[in-house]
Amino acid sequence: MKKYLIIIFASSVSFIVKAQDNISPAKPYTGITIIKNATVHTGTGSVLNNTSIQINNGKIEKIGTDIFTVNADAKIIDATGMQVYPGFIMSNTTIGLREIANQVKGSNDFAELGELNPNVRSIVAYNTDSKITNTLRSNGILFASVAPGGSLIAGTSSVVQFDAWNWEDAVYNKDNAIHFYMPSLMVRPNRFGDMPVGDPLKISRDKIEMVKQFFRQAKAYNAAVQTGATNLKLAAVKGLFTRQQKLFIHCDIVKEMLTAIDFVKEFGFDVTLVGASESWQIAPLLKQNNIAVILGQNHTLPTTTDDDIDQPFKTPAALQKAGVLFAITDEDETTTGRNLMFNAGSAAAYGLTKEEALQTITLNAAKILGIADKSGSIEAGKDANIIISTGDALDMRTNNIVHAFIQGRAINLDDKHKQLYKKYMDKYGVK
Amino acid sequence: MIFLRTALLFCLSILFVSNANCQITNPVNGVADIRNTVYAFTNAIIVKDAQTTLSNATLLIKNEKIIAVGSNVTIPVDAVITDCKGKFIYPSFIDIYSDYGINIPTRVTGNFNFFAQAQLTSNTKGAFGWNQAIKSEVNGATLFNLDETKAKSLRDNGFGIVLTHQKDGIARGTGTVVDLSDRKENLAMIKEKAASFYSFNKGTSTQSYPGSMMGSIALLRQSFLDGQWYKNKPVEEGTNLSLQAWNNNMQLPLIFEANDKWNDLRADRIGDEFGMQFIIKAGQNEYQRIAEMKATKASYILPLNFPVAIDVEDNNDVRFVSLADLKQWEMAPSNPATFEKAGINFCLTMADLKDSKQFLPNLRKALQYGLTEKAAMDALTKNPAQLINIYNEAGSIETGKLANFIITNGPVFAEKTMILQNWIQGEKNIVKDDVSVMTKGKYNISISSPTGNKNFMLEVKDNAAADLINIDTVSTKYSNDGKSVKLNFTENKKAKRGYRLSGINNGKQWNGTGTDSIGIAVIWTANFVSDLVAKTDSIKKEKPVSMGMLTFPNMAYGFKEMPKAENIIIKNATVFTSEAEGILNNTDVLVENGKIIAIGKNLNAGNAKIIDGTGKFLTAGIIDEHSHIATTSINEGGQSVTSEVRIGDNLDPDDVDIYRQLGGGVTTSHILHGSANTIGGQTQLIKHRWGVNDTALKFKGADPFIKFALGENVKRTPAQNNNRFPDSRMGVEQVQVDAFTRAKDYENALKGANAKTVRRDLELDALVEIMNKKRFITCHSYVASEIIEMMRVAERFGFTVNTFTHILEGYKVADKMKLHGANASTFSDWWAYKMEVQDAIGYNAAIMTKVGLNVAINSDDAEMARRLNQEAAKTIMYGGLTEEQAFNMVTINPAKMLHIDKQTGSIKKGKDADLVLWSDNPLSVYAKAEKTLVDGIVYYDIEKDVAMRKEIFAERTRLIQKLLEEKKDGGSTTPAKPSMRTINECETMERKHGLLEIENND
Repeated sequence: MKKYLIIIFASSVSFIVKAQDNISPAKPYTGITIIKNATVHTGTGSVLNNTSIQINNGKIEKIGTDIFTVNADAKIIDATGMQVYPGFIMSNTTIGLREIANQVKGSNDFAELGELNPNVRSIVAYNTDSKITNTLRSNGILFASVAPGGSLIAGTSSVVQFDAWNWEDAVYNKDNAIHFYMPSLMVRPNRFGDMPVGDPLKISRDKIEMVKQFFRQAKAYNAAVQTGATNLKLAAVKGLFTRQQKLFIHCDIVKEMLTAIDFVKEFGFDVTLVGASESWQIAPLLKQNNIAVILGQNHTLPTTTDDDIDQPFKTPAALQKAGVLFAITDEDETTTGRNLMFNAGSAAAYGLTKEEALQTITLNAAKILGIADKSGSIEAGKDANIIISTGDALDMRTNNIVHAFIQGRAINLDDKHKQLYKKYMDKYGVK
Repeated sequence: MIFLRTALLFCLSILFVSNANCQITNPVNGVADIRNTVYAFTNAIIVKDAQTTLSNATLLIKNEKIIAVGSNVTIPVDAVITDCKGKFIYPSFIDIYSDYGINIPTRVTGNFNFFAQAQLTSNTKGAFGWNQAIKSEVNGATLFNLDETKAKSLRDNGFGIVLTHQKDGIARGTGTVVDLSDRKENLAMIKEKAASFYSFNKGTSTQSYPGSMMGSIALLRQSFLDGQWYKNKPVEEGTNLSLQAWNNNMQLPLIFEANDKWNDLRADRIGDEFGMQFIIKAGQNEYQRIAEMKATKASYILPLNFPVAIDVEDNNDVRFVSLADLKQWEMAPSNPATFEKAGINFCLTMADLKDSKQFLPNLRKALQYGLTEKAAMDALTKNPAQLINIYNEAGSIETGKLANFIITNGPVFAEKTMILQNWIQGEKNIVKDDVSVMTKGKYNISISSPTGNKNFMLEVKDNAAADLINIDTVSTKYSNDGKSVKLNFTENKKAKRGYRLSGINNGKQWNGTGTDSIGIAVIWTANFVSDLVAKTDSIKKEKPVSMGMLTFPNMAYGFKEMPKAENIIIKNATVFTSEAEGILNNTDVLVENGKIIAIGKNLNAGNAKIIDGTGKFLTAGIIDEHSHIATTSINEGGQSVTSEVRIGDNLDPDDVDIYRQLGGGVTTSHILHGSANTIGGQTQLIKHRWGVNDTALKFKGADPFIKFALGENVKRTPAQNNNRFPDSRMGVEQVQVDAFTRAKDYENALKGANAKTVRRDLELDALVEIMNKKRFITCHSYVASEIIEMMRVAERFGFTVNTFTHILEGYKVADKMKLHGANASTFSDWWAYKMEVQDAIGYNAAIMTKVGLNVAINSDDAEMARRLNQEAAKTIMYGGLTEEQAFNMVTINPAKMLHIDKQTGSIKKGKDADLVLWSDNPLSVYAKAEKTLVDGIVYYDIEKDVAMRKEIFAERTRLIQKLLEEKKDGGSTTPAKPSMRTINECETMERKHGLLEIENND
């Protein structure tokens, strides 16, 4: 009986998740769109006042003060007094893999069994009908690198755009990175304050060695002409050796980050650290080794009681100062990432310039995710991935996204929250 | 044959021991052997007590008692005399916080698991109380078994008597006073029941309740009430042996194991409530709050398990050790001295020491840190004896008292002093063979051989080293085990061959045989001549003890000196009044005596300190309606109704989040019980007065509130096979209806004719208060159905739900909430993290505001609380509220729903000066709080914060250096242990709080 109930419960969940959505992806548009007279934050560090942008066939064609309507069919958006940005990019997330984070297992597809799963790919489980995606678009977030979670080598992420009918449409950069969750190198006491028995550090180090050994075997495997049995796991990491894929290492403390550097030195991988809450301590070293960083949300508490109370807010400034290529992501599960741009805003309050802060969720993210050739900034030749806000979009006081374009398509900015808002404003007859 | 004789002797000795060590009723196997020997200890330095020392005195004992002590004692002819020249005699020590000879039952279950099934009733079989942790019926005397090994380790440290009890449970029953002899329990037991014991720790109890500090406190308080009620033998209770024992135990001294400065105060407050004074078993950190300790008027039992030095060689490891832990290592040994200086009565205990051999070294450490020897002696003898009413028998060397004393070869606390003998009830126990002491000195050795006699002078240093004093000083090969002596030496350094002697030690004279350098047999004697010139051995005061400064709290960001109220004028700021006046430009606000006394343009500053607010924004302090910081526990999830527990009972003023949130402009927080159960605990409103104690943290004069909860958490959705009612929202309603029905009946009974026989019930008291509108509900809620359900239950029982918190579907039923009269306190943009928030929307606050509800934005999160200004701003983004409306969400609106809008929540003449000066528009992500005032006191100042960071760095550096030196000097160290922090939150959905968090939710 209980089991039966659970099945009903689970199926009703999927019903809620999949049904009633009337927000369709935009139709393809090959024509011209002109955004007129805007303040353009290019994502490359500059701000262009009273500037217009001409979009043609999904690409940014021209940017300047001398763009005039030439084609009667062109869509004109008067953006006078408005702020224009590249679409924001979420550098690491489980959106589309995880709908109801807690307690509803049926809605979750973000972690697989096993510890060496480079062959596991997030993209095939990515749900374009997630209700969460639309709420992010409303705030200006248009792209995400969707990554599997788990232990050790959890799988391969892909970059998606947020306006798609299905995952094949959503792909923006397929299989961009392989994700390695480094076992903890901190020996922590349990909740009663007792240190663990045994040697947890050794267990962690052994696991790291196991991963290295895996890569050594993979290197040999992928260098040879395969005649024997195919090994899907070894084959799956080939891109790391050719540097077509990156290795994203999820870790936090200095000892873990130092260990991560090994993967650059021994294998020559293109390594990005994810999380890296303690990266401010070794920023110059990361720069030296060309290691990029995706900071977890900086709206968090300092690691230690003794830390500067604003340490997480100013960690981006430390990385910037050292010249580290870094992005900021927002993995907050209670708000599902919708505050990405405000995390960047906080970085601007604590040491970055506003344009540098913007880069942490646009061009820097694009570089790290391998999509900088077509996104992340407002530059001629790139995809027209653009948002328009009536005010400063990094500040909750003024963020108000009124238009958004993905590859030149004007996307629908409606979402479930706005619909419920309208529904109940109607009910009460208030404005 | 020899073997047989030995065996026979062995058997006899066993018989002898068993006869002498048994009580008189024990039949004698053989011939009675009652001796009634008198022992005289002569020529001793006798320390009768800490105040009285006799030199060259005699102690006379007979059987178990002291029969005389003094300088002019006549020694009976039948006395066995021990010459104690050069020796000291002290009363033996007493430890009243021991578990000697009493084991703790082993706990049945395995690992701790939040989501395991609940155990709702006691597993103790028999006519006992309902809660497994109340074990008043336990008597240490019936559990006590002689433990020779442990007795010896206690004796070796100078102890003669302990009060021992079973260290298990919240009420632990009685303890028994026993001596540390190896005699049968009957004789060892001096007082069957000498004290009763209590703690906050439920120990081996597997029952779910209590599952928190505040639950333990509530259980103790209820037990006091139940005890009083049980005195009238209520028929409906039947026989309750636990309560019966509870009442009996009240006649004894009450000892409470608290183990921490704040716990000490919590224990004392329980005692105060019921007119009892606990003796408090303390921890290591009371020195940080000694004024508060003194105010309890309690006597304390202090352990000496000072922290071992931390290994700080790996800088990456030591990074995670907090300044608080580093400081604690340095300052903990000052704990006893601090008690002494404060004039507080205290004793010392061996409890909590992992290695009993550390007791005397640690005691010496405490002496180095300023504890006087007199106070230490009192704390080990008279004070404990007096506390458990055995001073007429023990605790000093007095005629008529028990013959419990130790003999030492020097002042007892001096580093090189050894305890030689520990006499217990007239029975000798050897601690240290006194061979080395007895043989130390100058001896004249005379050797006779066929060729003639020779004399040498030998200087014996200890039982393995001696020098021959001849033309030169020659070191010898020497050993003396107290019985046999061996000595090889040459007459001078150059000689290659010499004497080889062996013999018997008869005390001052030894004699034996040997050979000389050419192998001819000799006979020899040695006679004691004189003592060696002794080097003075006093308590080591090598390095003067230096410590860092005590701060409030004693950790990072603690104040060296508490900030004081000042008269302040903030000039020319943009002022968000949160009043009808709205936002005022270029305005001054004047603060005097903690209050706002004027708002206007170009105010006369008078003598007030001027703060230039040009280009800055001044707002009322932020009020967080829903917070879980600054507490030891937040959820008592052991039952579905726990209205008896109180957050205010377990505040933690040392929570750094108080300070961090001042840095985010928060001045008042409503600390809620969690959402583990339908009717949770009583809440506590605090002001962010960083550095004060737990009482001073409380918001004075505010209406009391209580937390209720609905939905997934209270039906234990994540639990494995939940067995705690309710399991659905249907059941939640029934829990509420049942509770209020019981409360109504209870209230009527209290008003009825038999009121005096009604059991006072703390749980129902709180519910009666709700129905009488003396206590107000803030109710964790999500979905529309449950919100309506809760309001209807409230209406049925004649009250209003004051506040719905979380209330993420409030927008669906805002009209009904308005009719009911509820306030709403919600998140700005949380959703999707669990099933019941699938319809949560960011526009919730705006819709509810537009319908006319009083709405607040809260945090429920230690991190988000410091950005509540930004959270409020999201109501502009989601729903288009004005800036004034938005900021009121975290100031005047929560003040109104907490009934404190007369005191705080806006900038208005006469209100508390709870103010924040911001660098920018306070609704902006770019704004920083620069100064935060509570009651006119600047508790946070961005400039002082910078200075504090430097101090933290400097203090850490100093302590790490000191620890490095400690290790270099050969001190033992312990691996660096990350200083974890428990983060409390009521949601099971976690927000990340960094690497050192221990989450504490359901």
